[in-house]
Amino acid sequence: MTREMTGAKMVVQALKDQGVDTVFGYPGGAVLPIYDEIFLQNDIRHILVRHEQGAVHAAEGYARSTGKPGVALVTSGPGATNAVTGLTDALLDSIPIVVLTGQVPTFMIGSDAFQEADTVGITRPCTKHNWLVKDTDSLSDTMHEAFHVATSGRPGPVLVDIPKDVQFATSDYSAPKPSTSHYQPIVKGDLEEITELVAAIETAKKPVFYTGGGVINSGTAASQLLRELVDATGFPITSTLMGLGAYPASGKNWLGMLGMHGLYEANLAMHDCDLMINIGARFDDRITGRIDAFSPNSKKAHIDIDPSSINKVIRVDIPIVGDVAHVLEDILKVWKARGRKTDEASVAKWQDQITEWRKVNCLAYTNSEKTIKPQYALERLEELTKKHDRYITTEVGQHQMWAAQYLGFEDPNRWMTSGGLGTMGYGFPASIGVQMAHPDALVINVAGEASWLMNMQEMGTAAQYRLPVKQFILNNERLGMVRQWQELLHGERYSHSWSEALPDFVKLAEAFGTKGILCSDPADLDDAIMEMINYDGPVIFDCLVEKHENCFPMIPSGKAHNEMLLGEAETQGVIDSKGSVLV
Amino acid sequence: MSALHIKKGATRHSAYNLRPTFSDVQERHTIAVLVENEPGVLARVIGLFSGRGYNIESLTVAEVDHTGHLSRITIVTTGTPQVIEQIKAQLGRIVPVHEVHDLTVEGPSVERELAIIKVVGAGDKRVEALRLADIFRASVVDSTLNSFIFELTGAPDKIDAFADLMRPLGLVEIARTGVAALLRGD
Repeated sequence: MTREMTGAKMVVQALKDQGVDTVFGYPGGAVLPIYDEIFLQNDIRHILVRHEQGAVHAAEGYARSTGKPGVALVTSGPGATNAVTGLTDALLDSIPIVVLTGQVPTFMIGSDAFQEADTVGITRPCTKHNWLVKDTDSLSDTMHEAFHVATSGRPGPVLVDIPKDVQFATSDYSAPKPSTSHYQPIVKGDLEEITELVAAIETAKKPVFYTGGGVINSGTAASQLLRELVDATGFPITSTLMGLGAYPASGKNWLGMLGMHGLYEANLAMHDCDLMINIGARFDDRITGRIDAFSPNSKKAHIDIDPSSINKVIRVDIPIVGDVAHVLEDILKVWKARGRKTDEASVAKWQDQITEWRKVNCLAYTNSEKTIKPQYALERLEELTKKHDRYITTEVGQHQMWAAQYLGFEDPNRWMTSGGLGTMGYGFPASIGVQMAHPDALVINVAGEASWLMNMQEMGTAAQYRLPVKQFILNNERLGMVRQWQELLHGERYSHSWSEALPDFVKLAEAFGTKGILCSDPADLDDAIMEMINYDGPVIFDCLVEKHENCFPMIPSGKAHNEMLLGEAETQGVIDSKGSVLV
Repeated sequence: MSALHIKKGATRHSAYNLRPTFSDVQERHTIAVLVENEPGVLARVIGLFSGRGYNIESLTVAEVDHTGHLSRITIVTTGTPQVIEQIKAQLGRIVPVHEVHDLTVEGPSVERELAIIKVVGAGDKRVEALRLADIFRASVVDSTLNSFIFELTGAPDKIDAFADLMRPLGLVEIARTGVAALLRGD
């Protein structure tokens, strides 16, 4: 089917044909023809954000919570440069998003025209791939290929830069067809390696599954297969920040999150295991800690769709390149065919050891009747919201780690957080994207006041579209994680890690015509949270918490998994000068 | 193994630098990359090397298949075996990259480079330069009364050797193409 139409119309037609129902964007001179086409149709909803960074994070939230690619539309120059943080965030967390940017007309490119920027040049290192479309003839195919690249293999952000004259000119539109480009990543794992892994599973005495965002990216089938494999083998399972929800937090083999602020039992299981099965994780430095002391006695298997993840940081014994769902299916097939064997006695002993570690109760904290402890706030939030159809986003910092520790995720796609890039300001716009995709769900952004202020302009978006996103701000009037590091590493010199001019969040909410709730007394917390849940509209919940609480457990920089700090005990001077070089 | 009693200063090294299971030996590899000949593809490859801190000793690029729109980039790089593996895997991730071949591993291969070398001098030195050029099978592509430009093709070592000999004889300028390489046999 070919039809002649303008480039601008092609863009909108291609979005429809790709199944896009929501676009987050901000208009400007170089995308006006596309905005005109958006005006003339009703199939695609356009959400007007208040800053282009918000558009990209909203698209990420949409993508992460649906498994479908998110779409953002921004103008040239500053519109495109404002999208860079979101693109980089999506690249590091492998989130499929398609960002469309306007560009000055082709005949003005290179002339330092008004709002001109070398968008494909600037975004080359922060996209999976990008295109500058120089003529309308190739526009529809490029649009379709953009969706193909964003969603196949290891997902990621792509960008299509469309000059204004290309939007005005006409050409034949071609509908999407199966991609014929050479970019077709392999999804099936090598059967020999899979068999070797199964053999290792059969004999392992102290095995552990270490799962990551790749399981979520692989789709809900991957999470189902993972649950089947974990429950059938009875092996303990831990996950990275990005992988939470793939295996249910209520599952009996669940160890909790691992890594720098992961659980004691999870990190010690990683350190002491004899078989580590990495499924869709990438041995990030938040996970491994000190590399030469990382899980010294284990055989390591690594399932990843991206060959460059294999042996990048940690040398593995059984590398399997493939899509998690496909590989798990084959593992289960081979393992069942060989008689569903495990070393049950040894694994039971290993589980006993883990039970011993659990008794340390690493998430214990000293509660207070006077001030709200952040951990307590999250425990109450968990208790009062876990029965809801709930989605959680977060900003970045202590609150993010506490949320990962104290909230339980039963399903994939329910937890949206900025893992790799650690983007403060991610959570609020992401919550808007999630709410757009799930209009009836309870969407909560667990935030710190400092992160939240970075994209607070999106209150305008939430208010305009009456999106009932709940902004649960753990307000310690500090950059909590920065403050914690300054305490541990920099002699308690709290250089610029607090704000002396915080807004009155209740009045701020009211200024946007919505609801603000202030809570500072632990006794009032439950009622206040219920009030937040029951309010039909956006809420800013200003939860004044203990100002100097540190986030534990913690593996200090440059330390191994078995060198965790569990609490305030003695933290001074624990990280030496070499360790303090690390972030 | 109490987590609460950590020896202070127990860590001697930066965690990022410790890769005990990997070899430290620097190896030189020639990598051939077949890429879609589209705008920006060279920038993607070079950006990968600079962004991830890999070395480029030499790089050549030209379209080799006009109808198929394919270019061949030949890169000579150095690094530990683990870095070389990463370079290849990272190159393979670039969407318009079709194939990545490590000619050093898949070899044996032939490597050739072309150089043009300007030598300025008179008298004995001029005669000696011409004599050496003959031995190296370099051809004279330009000459004036006091200068020659030699053209020389060969492995990078041969060009190095010739340039070293020409230096005392009046070498003033040299232009090299970088390495082009192919696997031997079929």
